[in-house]
Amino acid sequence: MDLMEKLTILTDSAKYDVACTSSGSNTPNPVGMGIGSTVNCGICHTFSADGRCVSLLKVLMTNRCAYDCAYCVNRRSNDVPRASFTPDELAQLTMDFYRRNYIEGLFLSSGVGRNPDYATEQIIKTLELLRGPYHFTGYIHAKAIPGADPVLIDRLGRLANRLSVNIELPSGESLAKLAPNKTKQAILTPMKSIQSAIAESKSGLVKYKHAEKFAPAGQSTQMIIGASPETDYQILHLTEGLYKKFSLKRVFFSAYIPVAESRLLPSLDTKPPLLREHRLYQADWLLRYYHFEADEILDAENQDFNPFLDPKCNWAINHMEQFPVEVNTASQETLLRVPGIGPLSAKRIMMARRSRKLDFDALRRIGVVLKRAQYFITCNGRMEHGLIVTPEATLRALVDRHPIAEAQQMSLFDLPAEIAQKEAIACLSRKM
Amino acid sequence: MLVPQDVIYLYDGSYDGALCCVFEAFRAHERPREIWTEDTAQPSLCQTKQIWTDTEKANRVAAVLRPKISARAEETVASLYWCAVPQKELLMLDFIALGLKEGRRVTTMLGDPVIAAVADAVKHLYKEAHNYKGFVRFSVHDNALAAVIEPKNYVLPLLRSHFCARYRNETFLLYDKTHGAALVYHHGKSEVLPIEELELPVPDAAEQEVRALYRQFFRTIAIEARENPRCQMNHVPKRYWSQMLELQEDEALLGAPKEPKQLKQRAPQ
Repeated sequence: MDLMEKLTILTDSAKYDVACTSSGSNTPNPVGMGIGSTVNCGICHTFSADGRCVSLLKVLMTNRCAYDCAYCVNRRSNDVPRASFTPDELAQLTMDFYRRNYIEGLFLSSGVGRNPDYATEQIIKTLELLRGPYHFTGYIHAKAIPGADPVLIDRLGRLANRLSVNIELPSGESLAKLAPNKTKQAILTPMKSIQSAIAESKSGLVKYKHAEKFAPAGQSTQMIIGASPETDYQILHLTEGLYKKFSLKRVFFSAYIPVAESRLLPSLDTKPPLLREHRLYQADWLLRYYHFEADEILDAENQDFNPFLDPKCNWAINHMEQFPVEVNTASQETLLRVPGIGPLSAKRIMMARRSRKLDFDALRRIGVVLKRAQYFITCNGRMEHGLIVTPEATLRALVDRHPIAEAQQMSLFDLPAEIAQKEAIACLSRKM
Repeated sequence: MLVPQDVIYLYDGSYDGALCCVFEAFRAHERPREIWTEDTAQPSLCQTKQIWTDTEKANRVAAVLRPKISARAEETVASLYWCAVPQKELLMLDFIALGLKEGRRVTTMLGDPVIAAVADAVKHLYKEAHNYKGFVRFSVHDNALAAVIEPKNYVLPLLRSHFCARYRNETFLLYDKTHGAALVYHHGKSEVLPIEELELPVPDAAEQEVRALYRQFFRTIAIEARENPRCQMNHVPKRYWSQMLELQEDEALLGAPKEPKQLKQRAPQ
């Protein structure tokens, strides 16, 4: 089989993996032999036709797999062409791409060919070639395969910038049902050991400069959304727990795209739940950058996201008693709760208001987008001149049009878009 | 305080020249209506003043920035010179005038119209430079790397340390077609040279093979069920596409019409 064919098969089987980030590692000025550097913010090298960033060469070592996870395109019982890279081939290909600035590094995962140890050894061999003979000092993200020997995972962590263990599905029960060869325990054990190895290496680095680095860009995980019955509330709680208990850098969500006919799974003509995935990422951002708790975003009565409002707007219209806030005196945390004001705008407001009082024109110049924010803020005690503040007007600015358009395409309801939007607004304003 | 005057400054377009315009404005206590270079000059009824570049005057202006305003302001003035914003020299003058009045807090006064305009211009510059760190496509010719870019802002100085560190043991040339300049790195030394025109040689077989592999990777990594060309275009605006081999018009999103077009798409950039 030639390289082109292998690359096609092994890219095709890796494309459902979400993470393609190259952030969190910072060696902008490496010295000595070799090639490659990493920057803290990460670099996107291109964007594919689905609008996702392509930063790393994302492939599998092999798509031969002994497991039979119902949701996975590479499951044993699926009839697809199979291929494997040799470590030499893959290392050379990575270098050829990296040298031409096509990629920021390598994202290497693998099917469980013979057993987890063998699969991990193959990954390690590739990374050793890159870090050794090729002197590659760029970014590497490697998958730790549950069930692999801890010694191998430790070796992997010393070669890669970032490690990840896929949690696959949002609950142990779903895992038992859809991925009979995997258990929650087998997934959480390596996650825990990676966490402590990272912590140990960090404290070691404080003590002596040449301490060996272990996954300096941290660890992440991902789960499939929409293949199993968990609610958004459960998923968000799990996410929050993963950040707190395992100090993860990122939790990724992947809208389930039907790849198999199974009575355990949604039918093949199900559209991937992209809006739900989008809302989960919005909520994930609220947890990481906006000081929100999962319980503020959703609760036992409201277990699912509102399709028409993003989670922050949804929180705001349920807490109208806390608004409007005065831009010139509010704390940064309070500003972050205003729909339309993000961490960057909040930071700029804090900086700019030190030299003079801000009015609405000044806010615009700073780059604060007022479309939504104007209903929730005052400048020097006054709201924007001429602004009509009613629940309907506020909601009109907040309501997300995309879900309405999407629902119409799927002909869930036949109302014209404008009437549908009015309906949604009327319904929401009764709750305000 | 600089008094607005109906006068136009004409200078040679160099950084020192721009600083000399600032020097002249302060000497004459005037804020010119516009500042032109030979390239942007046009017929006008206004009185024009030729500003001759004098390194000593330029140095006097440059030496004031850090002690009288701040190190950050000094950096901003240098960055402004690389920006694509029209009338950047006037913006530079306004910025320095305000800085001398307000002191170090000037860079935090984001609500001020002048500072907001400066911040926008500089943000645009840095954003474009960051994009190019990813979007540059090198090709290998005789074991040396070469790439062409067409940026709006003059980003080469901002790309210099990044690419020199990354490809520290390579030889490379990064040609900025818009500004007629190239960043050349060889034996651990880098230089920015003026280059009027550059034609890269036809890629050899090995180079073509790697390109084909990359295009195939790029095509395969996209998930059909999630196709979203609009989102793609938001992230990589069309103006970058001409120099990115995976996004060439002919087979951008339409799954490859193969044989006849392949030669064209591999033509030298």
